[in-house]
Amino acid sequence: PDKMKSRIPVVLLACGSFNPITNMHLRLFEVARDHLHQTGTYQVIGGIISPVSDNYRKKDLAAAHHRVAMVRLALQTSDWIRVDPWESEQAQWTETVKVLRFRIELWASAFCSFTFTKASLDDPTELLRYLPQEEGRGQGRAVSPAPAAVPELKLLCGADILKTFQTPNLWKDEHIQEIVEKFGLVCVGRAGHDVKRYISDSPILQRCQHNILLVREPVQNDISATYIRRALAHGQSVKYLLPDAVIAYIKDHNLYSTGS
Amino acid sequence: MENPQKTEVVLLACGSFNPVTNMHLRLFELAKDHMNATGKYRVIKGIISPVGDAYKKKGLISAHHRVIMAQLATQTSSWVEVDTWESLQKEWVETAKVLRHHQEKLEARGCEQQDSPVLERPGRKRKWAEQRSELSQKKTPEPQRKDVPKVKLLCGADLLESFGVPNLWKHEDIANIVGDYGLVCITRAGNDAQRFIYESDVLWRHQANIHLVNEWITNDISSTKIRRALRRSQSIRYLVPDLVQEYIEKHNLYSAESEERNVGVILAPLQRNTAATNSRTTTA
Repeated sequence: PDKMKSRIPVVLLACGSFNPITNMHLRLFEVARDHLHQTGTYQVIGGIISPVSDNYRKKDLAAAHHRVAMVRLALQTSDWIRVDPWESEQAQWTETVKVLRFRIELWASAFCSFTFTKASLDDPTELLRYLPQEEGRGQGRAVSPAPAAVPELKLLCGADILKTFQTPNLWKDEHIQEIVEKFGLVCVGRAGHDVKRYISDSPILQRCQHNILLVREPVQNDISATYIRRALAHGQSVKYLLPDAVIAYIKDHNLYSTGS
Repeated sequence: MENPQKTEVVLLACGSFNPVTNMHLRLFELAKDHMNATGKYRVIKGIISPVGDAYKKKGLISAHHRVIMAQLATQTSSWVEVDTWESLQKEWVETAKVLRHHQEKLEARGCEQQDSPVLERPGRKRKWAEQRSELSQKKTPEPQRKDVPKVKLLCGADLLESFGVPNLWKHEDIANIVGDYGLVCITRAGNDAQRFIYESDVLWRHQANIHLVNEWITNDISSTKIRRALRRSQSIRYLVPDLVQEYIEKHNLYSAESEERNVGVILAPLQRNTAATNSRTTTA
């Protein structure tokens, strides 16, 4: 634990539909945290899941409050990842870079206005207060060394997201630049995705390469939300692909059945 | 609603389960959905049967722990459970014999409600008996004798392909398994399982008894990879059930030392079958 002292505190933020959240989404966080700790430079103090709002207008997108509820259920057993409903509650679709800005500005202002007290710096559970609010947070959490500053916020994504950076008109170049330059990217590789090529194909990504951390998932496991929705529509079992509590929620609210 | 013609099936998975992973558990779910969708079968139960320590596989930790982990993993399942018979045998037991054991057990239950003389934990036995009586209460109120459920071997494509490994399986056992019991084999879509069956005479002959189930997503949560991640202090969260992860951590089950178990020891089936082949050759 002592070796964590001089490390840069990092919070990982993942954006996406989470329609519904799957074990693979949860794995991204675990794998990324392991990797960042292994670098010797970073200490991951928290993770945030930010589901997209209904105005993203993706096909088959369940209502945001359901998707947030499912993420919350999935995270019941995690002691470091939280759901942030802010983005999902916005009336309009919010660009990912704005989600990152909102979060970092909130921390910065709390830091400047001394809301980050000495105590809050000594106790990461206090810092996590500036992560999305959760009931029952902080209970029994192991106290790890305090961060020395406002944490760095990095966008956590799978290789598929990195690929979409190349899709015309999906991302603004200046947004990609800001995400990678100002915040940084933690990208978890996936079978069938040549992450190195995505980077070399994009001048912006190539320029900011030092801010992109590539992580290898040691266990291939491609549980996509699309696969889950299809299986559910076919009346097939999805057990062990996502947490039991989420499956129970889907059944109770009759989500993703045919015709919904 | 229920079609009385449907054959009731019990799915049996044999293996090391060192440790059990979400992938093992998925095999059962996929197989059940597939078999039930055929309209000909009704899967009534799944059994995880961890191999005994005498199997002598590299890195195999004690059956005691592997059984407990499998039990923890199936706690939330309404239809899959763990059977300890195989794991409790002093000698390694051929899979064909494990199938026979479970089929005979079902037949014994079918004829009379008398307990079969098998080594089993009383708790487990009671649970099984209760389930059976529930089933029979619901489905057969009249004394008319019901068909005994059929045990089928549940496996991944790797097991099917291991039939081709010299001395790992006895030829008569392969014929016995596919001919008398049947296989439900989960394969990656586009996998060569079909070709493998085509190229084997015995599998080809019994292909009606081999049910190939397509898995459309990559799900490579092998126990080997789990153990490797553990040795490297990497997270295995969401790859195995939470209770299994906690148990592994609490007992510090997998380490560089545990991986050295049985190193240099020949796998029990290879030992037995090679000896048999050799003695046959020398007598001949």
